[in-house]
Amino acid sequence: MSDQKDEKKTNRRDFLFTATAAAGAVGVGAAVWPLVDQMNPDASVKALASTEVDVSSMQPGQSLTVLWRGKPVFIKRRTDDEIKKARAVDINDLKHPEKDEDRAKNPEWLVMLGICTHLGCVPLTDKGDYDGWFCPCHGSHYDTSGRIRKGPAPTNMEIPRYEFVNTNTIKIG
Amino acid sequence: MSDHEYTPSSKFGKWFNDRLPLLTLANHLTDYPTPKNLNYWWTFGGILTFCLITQIVTGLVLAMHYIAHADMAFSSVEHIMRDVNYGWLLRYVHANGASMFFLAVYIHIFRSLFYGSYKSPREIIWILGIIIYLLMMAAAFMGYVLPWGQMSFWGATVITNLFSAIPLVGESITTWLWGGYSVDNPTLTRFFTLHYLIPFLILGLVVLHIWALHVPGNNNPVGIDIKKPSKDTVPFHPYIVIKDAFALLMFCIVFALFVFYQPNILGHADNYIEADPLVTPAHIVPEWYLLPFYAILRSVPDKLMGVVAMLSAILILAALPWLDTSKVRSAVFRPLFRQFYWILVADVLILGYVGAMPAEGLYLLIARVATAYYFAHFLIILPVLGWKEKTTPLPLSITEPVLGGSPNLAAARSDEKIEKTIK
Repeated sequence: MSDQKDEKKTNRRDFLFTATAAAGAVGVGAAVWPLVDQMNPDASVKALASTEVDVSSMQPGQSLTVLWRGKPVFIKRRTDDEIKKARAVDINDLKHPEKDEDRAKNPEWLVMLGICTHLGCVPLTDKGDYDGWFCPCHGSHYDTSGRIRKGPAPTNMEIPRYEFVNTNTIKIG
Repeated sequence: MSDHEYTPSSKFGKWFNDRLPLLTLANHLTDYPTPKNLNYWWTFGGILTFCLITQIVTGLVLAMHYIAHADMAFSSVEHIMRDVNYGWLLRYVHANGASMFFLAVYIHIFRSLFYGSYKSPREIIWILGIIIYLLMMAAAFMGYVLPWGQMSFWGATVITNLFSAIPLVGESITTWLWGGYSVDNPTLTRFFTLHYLIPFLILGLVVLHIWALHVPGNNNPVGIDIKKPSKDTVPFHPYIVIKDAFALLMFCIVFALFVFYQPNILGHADNYIEADPLVTPAHIVPEWYLLPFYAILRSVPDKLMGVVAMLSAILILAALPWLDTSKVRSAVFRPLFRQFYWILVADVLILGYVGAMPAEGLYLLIARVATAYYFAHFLIILPVLGWKEKTTPLPLSITEPVLGGSPNLAAARSDEKIEKTIK
C-alpha cells in the first residue's frame, strides 16, 4: 500500500496496468495478423510467377498480348519508324522521364505490363495522339515506348522483369 | 425511453414483460408521438427498411444457387436466370432492388437537406445515416462484381485501383485487397463474403439510426421543436403506419415497373459478356447511383487528388451539421437557402449526367465546374448563409399555420393545458 502523498506519482499498480495492456496488445496483434495476412497472395498464386512466350512468328509492327500473373503483358515488335519516334523525344518533356533505351534494351522489342497506371484498364494498341497506346477508360495517351504523354495516368506503363531465353523465346517474370 | 409507464393487460404479458420488456418496446413504437404535419417525403424511412429487407431476403435465396468462383460465377448467374424456379424474378428484384434502394436513399438524404433534419439535436442520426450510405455503396459495388461479367471485372479493377493512389503503401494494399496481382478468383470469393456480411451491418446501424431518432423525435416540415405528446403530434400507429403503407405501395408500383417491364434498363449490356482480363470495355461506367462521385473522380487530373476529392465529396456530408451555421432548420423559412438547395440538386444531377459521358472536351469542363460548385456549396455558401440570410418568422407550433392568422401564443398554451388536464 502506498502512502497518501504518493498517490499522484507512478506506482507499482500503474506499472502492472501498463504491462498488462502492452502484453494484451501484443496478443491481440498476434491473433489478428493471420486474419489480415490470409488476404495476401497465397502460395498457388505466387507459384505462377513466370511465363515463357514464343515470339518467332511476330513481324515488325505486330503486337501480342499474353497473360502473366493474371495481368496482360504487351509484347510489341516495333518498326524502325516507331523506334525512331520513341528515341527522338526530349526526356525533359516527359511527365515520367525515362529513356526509351532503358525501357527497351533490345530496341526492336518492347515488353511491358499492358495496364494503364491510372486505374488499371487495358489500353488499346496503336491508338492515341502519340501512335502508341490509348486508354479508353479515362483518356490516357502513351507513346511508342509506353510512356505517359497526356491524360490522368501518373507514370509510364511498367516494364516487368523479362529475358530472352533464346532468339525466339521471351521469359517474363 | 417511453414517456409513460406501460403495463401489459394480460397476466402472462406482465410476467414476460417484467423479465424482458419487449412489450414496452412494442408499446413505445406504436404510441411514439409523431409530428402531425409529416408529408410524404417522410415516408422514405419506412420504404428504405422495406428495401433492406427485400435485398436481404432475395440475396439469401440467390446465394443458395450462386457459385462464387471465377470459372463458374458467370454461368451460375445464367443458371439462376434460366433454370432455377423463379430465379429470373429473384435476380431481377435483387438487381433492381439495389437501384430502388439508392433512389429511396437519395430522396431520404435530400429531404434531410431541405428540412435541416441533420441539425442539432439530430447530428448522430445524420452521421449514422452517412455511415449506412457508405456501407450501401460498398455492398452495391461488391454485389455488382459477383456476376463476373465485363463491367463487374473492370469496375472492380478500377475501384480497387483507387487504393493504389495512396502514397508508399498503395501497391501493397491493392495486392492485399486482390489476394493476387490482379482482380481474380480470390477477389471474387472475398467480395462475396463481404457482400453477404454488409447488409447485416447495415441492419444493425439502422436499429441505432432509429434509436437515435426516437430520442429527440422526428423533425418536421416546419422544422421547429415540438412538445410531445401534444396537439402537434399523433401516435405512430395507426396514423404514420397507414401513410407509410400507402407510400410504400406507390413505391412498389415503380419497383414492379422496372422488374417486370425494363429489368435491364439500369444495367449495362457489357455485363452479359463474361469477364476477360485482356479486354477492357470501350466505356467503363459505374451504376447510375455512383455516377456523381465518378464524375468528381474524373474531373481532377491528378490520380491521388482525384481519389481524395471523391472521398471528400461523401465525407463532407458528415461535417454538414457544423458547416450549416443557420439556426433555422426548415428551408421553408430560408428564402435564400431554398434557392441554393435547388441549385445543389441540379448540380448533383449534372454531375451524374457527365459521369456517364466520356471524360473529354465540354463534358470534362462541365464536370470541373460542377465539382467546384459542389464543394463551394458546403464549404462557402452554407457557412456564410447562416449569418447573412434573413429568415422569415417561425410559427410557434405546427397547429398555428394550419389555423391561420398571426402567431397565437395563447392557443399554443391552451393546447398544453388541455394535454395536462387529459392526463
